[in-house]
Amino acid sequence: MSAASQDTAVSTGRVTRAFLYLVLLLFALFYLLPLYVMGINSVKPLAEITGGNMMALPSTWTLDPWRSAWSTAQIGVEPTGLKPYFLNSILMVVPAVVISTIVGALNGYVLTKWRFRGDTWVFGLMLFSCFIPFQIVLIPMAVVLGKLGLAGSVSGLVLVHVVYGIGFTTLYFRNYYASFPTELVRAAMIDGAGFFRIFWRILLPVSGPIAVVSVIWQFTNIWNDFLFGVSFGGTSQPMTVALNNLVQSSTGVKEYNVHFAGAILAALPTLIVYIVAGRYFVRGLMAGSVKG
Amino acid sequence: MGFLDIRNVTKSYGSVQVLHRVDVAVEEGEFLVLVGPSGCGKSTLLNMIAGLEVITGGEIAIKGRVINGVHPSKRNIAMVFQSYALYPNMTVGQNMTFGLEMHGVPKPERDVALARVAKLLQIDHLLDRKPGQLSGGQRQRVAMGRALVRNPDVFLFDEPLSNLDAKLRVDMRTEIKKLHQTLKTTIVYVTHDQIEAMTLSTRIAVMNKGHVQQLGTPKEIYDTPANVFVATFMGSPAMNIVPATVVMAGGVPHAAVADADGAVRHLRFSQANLGAWAGMPILLGIRPEAMTDPEGADRKSGNIVAFPNRVGVTEPAGSDTFVTMQLCGKDIVARMRADAEVAPGQVFDFAVNMEKAVAFDPATEERIAP
Repeated sequence: MSAASQDTAVSTGRVTRAFLYLVLLLFALFYLLPLYVMGINSVKPLAEITGGNMMALPSTWTLDPWRSAWSTAQIGVEPTGLKPYFLNSILMVVPAVVISTIVGALNGYVLTKWRFRGDTWVFGLMLFSCFIPFQIVLIPMAVVLGKLGLAGSVSGLVLVHVVYGIGFTTLYFRNYYASFPTELVRAAMIDGAGFFRIFWRILLPVSGPIAVVSVIWQFTNIWNDFLFGVSFGGTSQPMTVALNNLVQSSTGVKEYNVHFAGAILAALPTLIVYIVAGRYFVRGLMAGSVKG
Repeated sequence: MGFLDIRNVTKSYGSVQVLHRVDVAVEEGEFLVLVGPSGCGKSTLLNMIAGLEVITGGEIAIKGRVINGVHPSKRNIAMVFQSYALYPNMTVGQNMTFGLEMHGVPKPERDVALARVAKLLQIDHLLDRKPGQLSGGQRQRVAMGRALVRNPDVFLFDEPLSNLDAKLRVDMRTEIKKLHQTLKTTIVYVTHDQIEAMTLSTRIAVMNKGHVQQLGTPKEIYDTPANVFVATFMGSPAMNIVPATVVMAGGVPHAAVADADGAVRHLRFSQANLGAWAGMPILLGIRPEAMTDPEGADRKSGNIVAFPNRVGVTEPAGSDTFVTMQLCGKDIVARMRADAEVAPGQVFDFAVNMEKAVAFDPATEERIAP
C-alpha cells in the first residue's frame, strides 16, 4: 500500500520534472536567441544578410566582419575600427574600478571601525549620491572638469566614474565590514598595528567576496556608460560611443555583419568578468545579509 | 603605590556617568577579578586599562607610569577577548606572533617565544592551522597564547570563558589558575560569573551600577559582604536574607525570627556589637551551607543553634540536598548533606551556624555585623 503510493509519487515526480526542464529549456533558448542572431550574422558576408534569412546559418563562413569591426571600419570620419576605443575603455575602466573600490573599502573601514561624530550623516549623504541621475550632474561636472583641465581626456572620465562609484562601493564595504567583529580591530590595536596595517593585514584578506561584488558592479557600469563617455570623452571616447558611431552612421551601406561583430566586441569584457567572478558575486551579495 | 594603579577613575558618555570614582591598587602578581551584573561598568573599566576607551577623569598607571594618553600597543598589556578575536586569515602561529611582528621583533626571536608558549599551552601541533579549524577550547588557548607570547606587564581578560560549554569552562578555569600560579603574572579579569571570581582571584572587586561595592579577598567578600547586593550576588545559591528583630536575652543579642508555622524563635548572635540594635529591625543574612542537618554542621563553630522548622521542598542535587522552607515569610534555602533524611512537610531540626550570620541595616542595606 505504502510502497504503491511511493511509486506513484516517483512517476508523477518524473513527469513534472521533465515538464519543468522543457519549460526552462524553452526560456533559455528564447533568452539566447538575440545572441545567436548576433553571432551567426557576424560571420556571414553582408550579401547573405540582406538577401537571405536572419536566422539561417551562413553558407559562406567568414571572419572579415570581425576584422573590419576591430581595425578598419569607419568610426565617425576615421577608418580606425574599434581598436583604439577599446583601448580607451580599458584605460578608463581599470583605474576607475581599482580606485573606486579601494576608496570604498577605506570608507567602509572608517565608517564602521573608526567611527566619529556624525559618521551616520556622512554615510547617509554618500548613499544619497547613489540616487542622483547622471543627467543632473552633466553641466556641473563639465565645469569642474574644465577647471581642472581634464575635459576630453581619459583621466577626466576616470575621475567622473570614481566620484560616481564611491557611493556604491562605500555602501557595499560598509555593510560588509559592519558584521566584521570590532574585537578583532581592537586586538590588532593592542598588538600594535596602525590604521593602515589593520586594514591591510586584518580586513582586506577577508574582503574577497565583497571586493568581487564591487569590481563587477563598477566594471559593468563604467564599461557600459555612454552618457559620460559621449559628453566628456572628447578625443578619447570609450567603446560605447564608438559603437554608436559605427552603428548609427547615416552614410554608406549598413554593414550589419560588422555591426554585430562590433556589438559583441563591446559586450565581451563584461561577459568575461561575469563568467570569471560570477559565483563570488552572489556569495558576496549574500554575505552579511544573513548574519546581520 | 601598586603595580597597576586605578586612581579616582570615572567614565561618562555625554551626561551619563557609567563609572563613579573607582580606586583600586593592584600589586604585582595579583589576580584581580572585576565581577558584577551586566551594565555594571566592569568591561568599561577593563577597556580603559587597555586603552580602548578614553578615561573621562582620574588616572591609570602601570609601574608608576601614567598611561592615560598612551596608545594601547605602548602600554605593555595583552588582552584576551570574549570572542577570542583571532585573525581568521592567519594561522595559529601567525596569530600568536602578530603582536611581536608589529613591535619589530626579528623572526628568530619570535619563533623562540612562539615555541616556548606553544609548549606551555600544549598547542604546538596546531600552529599551522587556521582559527576556523579549531574547537572552542583550542581557540581559547590560542587567544591566551597570543597574550602570553608578548610577555606583558598586565594581562587583561574580558569574560574569556563565557563562550565555552559548561564542562570546558570548568577545565579552562583550572587551567588559567594553574597558569597564574606558574607564571605569577599580574591579571585583571572581568566576569559576571561569581564562581569564576571566587575560584580564580586573589582579590575581587564587586561592582554594581558603576560603583565598586566591595574590594577584598574572596574570603572577605564571601564571609563579610559589605552590603546586601554583594551578599546576594556572590554565592550560589544566594545568601538568605530575611527581616528579623534584635532582642536581648541574658545580656546577649538574639535574632527574633518567625518559623514556617509562625512561631517566634530566637537565634543567638555571636556578634556582641549587635546589642546596640536591641529592639530594632535588621536584615539577617545566613548562607545556605550555614543552615544544615546537625550531623553536617561545622564542628569548629562555637555557636551552632538548633532550629526546628517545617520543610517545604527538597531538591537532591547529588552532592548536596537543598531544602527550601519558610522563614519570616520568605523562602530560604538550606544546604544539607546528600544523605540527610529529610522529607517535605516534616518538622526537621536544622543546625544554624550563627558564627557565619551577617546582619545588615534595613535602611541602608550596609553590613552592621560582624
